[in-house]
Amino acid sequence: MATGIVVRKNQYYDSVFLMGVNKRLSQMRGVTQTAVLMGTEKNKQLLVDIGIRGDQVATVQASDLIVAVIAETKQVVDEVLGNLDQALLAVEGDAPRSSLRTFEDALAAAPSANLALFTIPGEYVYREARTALEAGLNVFIFSSNVPVEEELKLKELASERHLLVMGPDCGTSILGGVGIGFANAVRQGRIAAIGPSGTGLQEFTTLVHHAGYGISHALGTGSHDLSDRIGGITTYAALEALEQDPQTDVVAIIAKPPGANTLRGLGERLSTYSKPVVTCFLGVRSAEAASHGTRRVARTIDDAARLAVECFMGAESDAPTGLSDQELQHVADVRQRWSAAQKYLRGVFAGGTFCYQAQQIMQERGLRIHSNVPLDLGLGLENPNTSVGHTVLDMGDDAYTLGRPHPMIDPTMRKQRITLEGQDPEVAVLLVDFILGQNASGDPVGDLVDPIQRARETAQARDGELTVVASICGTEADYQDLSLQRRLLEDAGVIVFPSSTRAALFCAQLLEPG
Amino acid sequence: MQEEVHRVFQDPLVVISVGVRTFAESLEHQGVEVIQVDWIPPAAGDQAMIDLLQDLL
Repeated sequence: MATGIVVRKNQYYDSVFLMGVNKRLSQMRGVTQTAVLMGTEKNKQLLVDIGIRGDQVATVQASDLIVAVIAETKQVVDEVLGNLDQALLAVEGDAPRSSLRTFEDALAAAPSANLALFTIPGEYVYREARTALEAGLNVFIFSSNVPVEEELKLKELASERHLLVMGPDCGTSILGGVGIGFANAVRQGRIAAIGPSGTGLQEFTTLVHHAGYGISHALGTGSHDLSDRIGGITTYAALEALEQDPQTDVVAIIAKPPGANTLRGLGERLSTYSKPVVTCFLGVRSAEAASHGTRRVARTIDDAARLAVECFMGAESDAPTGLSDQELQHVADVRQRWSAAQKYLRGVFAGGTFCYQAQQIMQERGLRIHSNVPLDLGLGLENPNTSVGHTVLDMGDDAYTLGRPHPMIDPTMRKQRITLEGQDPEVAVLLVDFILGQNASGDPVGDLVDPIQRARETAQARDGELTVVASICGTEADYQDLSLQRRLLEDAGVIVFPSSTRAALFCAQLLEPG
Repeated sequence: MQEEVHRVFQDPLVVISVGVRTFAESLEHQGVEVIQVDWIPPAAGDQAMIDLLQDLL
């Protein structure tokens, strides 16, 4: 095996661009592995971990491009590195590069700007976002790994200036019909959503769309906003703004469990809220989040969408609330095809909220579900690369994404994990999610269908059957083509549901004893 | 009190996008005016230097 490395000083590219270059280089004949990344401290450690080290790596800086190759022969290594300029040009395409290098330059060029969107490494966000807030802009921070004390300072500043900080670690917002970050093409309407979680908001907005209604705004708050450290500063600001918004009739909050103090304070605030509000705090026991006043409490994202539509209509909706008789019959058929050894579920999720909700649904049915982001802290994985019993994984967690774009964009880690789980003879059910919409992969199902099929073939060779259950979050207006994505899965023998709630309910039913 | 937040719902969005270019493109496809910044790490990415600058500013 031969290795080689090239460093380009002061040649900076974003992570999505680098993924495109890496894909091109890694597909060349004879290549074992390539790494195309910027020279941050974390990335340098990644290179050491895969066996690439030396003076060249030690001295690079965050603005330097590193390309490392492991291949069968020295000749292949040289060929790949010699092809680098071609690959950079091909990925760059026709898009003209901007002449602006700093936020201040952009502000001078566009004094009417009212929103700043940050997708730069988290350690650099604070200074830029502070400048944006001081200039009177609302802020959307997609970047993760922003230190929580910096998040607090930004949100306190925003609060003083009556501005909104969506994020950090904010996947999705929809402002007046405009999707920011990951967002699905949903119709405009009069139901609004607030939530720290990107995929939770995406699923809620698509379910409201499928029910025939629309979204006024969806405001992402960032994954730490409802922690007691931040205290829900953005959530409160969003609630105020939506209370005053004449386009909004109903507000839903979709979130993982808030901190205990924040949950209490929020409950008090909601008890006097002037518009109907639906809360879905996944993992919070129903007794701690009871309906009162104008507030309705949902246990799942499906319930939240149904209740929001009911609040808007002033009548009960006819959306399905559980599994159909046909689906229940399907459970019995599926189970009898498993071999004696097959008994466990493995969930390999791109959507963190879907992973969380799956745990809640299955634990309520008495199943012990392990996870890298455990709902029950006693069921955490000792090693994120090794599943135990029933395991569901949030592949967007830092343990898997270090140095890579989110799994909704970059399927590499999910592919590897599906392959790994498929080799385990005790696995009976594989649960996966597919998330369509802008900025997500152009062909999410196409990215994973080969490893899924191979995993099914492996199980068949052992006289069993791997049951693959999937949910798709998307609408017919999303650019990936919802019906094509669904058909690709069905052709591969996958059981497809229109929501992660129903996919998890089906899996819970499959695995219930008896 | 929330005038600025409220205004972002009313006024057409004008976005300064700092970082990943495809995120700016997805806004442009929706007819939004976007100013893209092809951001590079300040001080050539030297975190100690950035901390120092931040303290000075």
